[in-house]
Amino acid sequence: MARITFIQPDGSENAVDAEPGMTVMEAAVKNSVRGIAAECGGACSCATCHVYVEEEWREATGEPEAMEEDMLDFAFDVRPESRLSCQIRVTDELDGLRVRIPEKQF
Amino acid sequence: MSVDVIKTDAVIIGAGPVGLFAVFELGLLDVKAHVIDILDRPGGQCAELYPEKPIYDIPAIPIVTGQQLTDQLMEQIEPFGAEYHFNERVDTIEKIEDGFRLVTDCGTQFECKVVVIAAGGGSFTPKRPPLPGIEAYEDTSVFYSVRKMDAFKDKDVLIVGGGDSALDWTLNLQPVAKSLTLVHRRSEFRAAPASVQKMMDLVDSGNISFKLGQVTTLHGDNGQLTGVTVKSPDGSTFEQPTDIMLPFFGLTMKLGPVANWGLNLEENLIPVDTAKFETSEKGIFAIGDINTYPGKLKLILSGFHEGALMAQAAHRIVYPDKKLIFQYTTSSSNLQKKLGVK
Repeated sequence: MARITFIQPDGSENAVDAEPGMTVMEAAVKNSVRGIAAECGGACSCATCHVYVEEEWREATGEPEAMEEDMLDFAFDVRPESRLSCQIRVTDELDGLRVRIPEKQF
Repeated sequence: MSVDVIKTDAVIIGAGPVGLFAVFELGLLDVKAHVIDILDRPGGQCAELYPEKPIYDIPAIPIVTGQQLTDQLMEQIEPFGAEYHFNERVDTIEKIEDGFRLVTDCGTQFECKVVVIAAGGGSFTPKRPPLPGIEAYEDTSVFYSVRKMDAFKDKDVLIVGGGDSALDWTLNLQPVAKSLTLVHRRSEFRAAPASVQKMMDLVDSGNISFKLGQVTTLHGDNGQLTGVTVKSPDGSTFEQPTDIMLPFFGLTMKLGPVANWGLNLEENLIPVDTAKFETSEKGIFAIGDINTYPGKLKLILSGFHEGALMAQAAHRIVYPDKKLIFQYTTSSSNLQKKLGVK
């Protein structure tokens, strides 16, 4: 089990428990976390599950693969710490992960 | 604009897998259909969002891509001679004496006895960048598609994005515009390599300019853009003067005009019964991802089932005097004749 904290643009936090093997997007949707639209349902096809990974977790979550980097072209306000949460697989090592939700998924 | 009214038994709104299979189920029962879709080709989400991605839960097909599924459905429904109207969006549905009248955004009019809404998540519309105040510039300085290239003659044009649409319009508008600038957040493009090369050549010859960055602020007034602020990858910002901005960030699904058709809605979904999949309006059915009922699952599989039951109910409306005899395609020579296999 890994505890994942989603930080809303207004600073409020939702901490949810995620099973290893599921994606960070699924953990958000399952727990009705605001701001993760996940329009395509996790196919890396829409860029509406965009998150910013907090600095101290960037190494553990890794860099986006080519397909994800392409899809980030369709996100807004993309930063070096941007990821699509449907492409981050939960592991025990990610227990404590903190990600920020952007102002808008578009 | 066509003034002729197209008369048919059924109009299916949405050419995704569920809308396409509805042609089959209706066709077996002699209900003729026209299919309308806002995209330029069949397949809906399967074709637009994940044409290359495998689907694993279609019965008896262990693995199929969105595009293959679409192609095979088109082949399967071919005998029923449905007519397709792509690049059109149904804007209004009105009850008339003997059914319904539908009008699209292109002015095409249909009169039919039943309407089948298979619109999935709604209609695909261009993504609008969440830039403050962008609405004020839309259709005067900010455009999400190009209808008339002449509108950009002698203008300073800014194109934002790195996909095929951004690249194609960069190449097409360069000879027309006074100046053209392409802004993209990185130096890689997810577009046809030939287009990228042509764009690079235009940059090298000084005919267009390419700048790395993301647009953060719009400047101008009274709907007339004068420029934008662009944030570079290193965090610094610069001003880019322009008359026109064309952002190309792909498509998103919006419920769109469905909300104005007078049907009961629950959280942007259309409630239906589970015997006929009929909406609150008799003769208007809703199948696939757009409907809701207790136990609803948004699966292609479920949409196919809904289409089969809907067709039985639609038949009773189109042929009120005919008794419907249930038949199997494996054994009925009548159905096999319709399928063109006998």
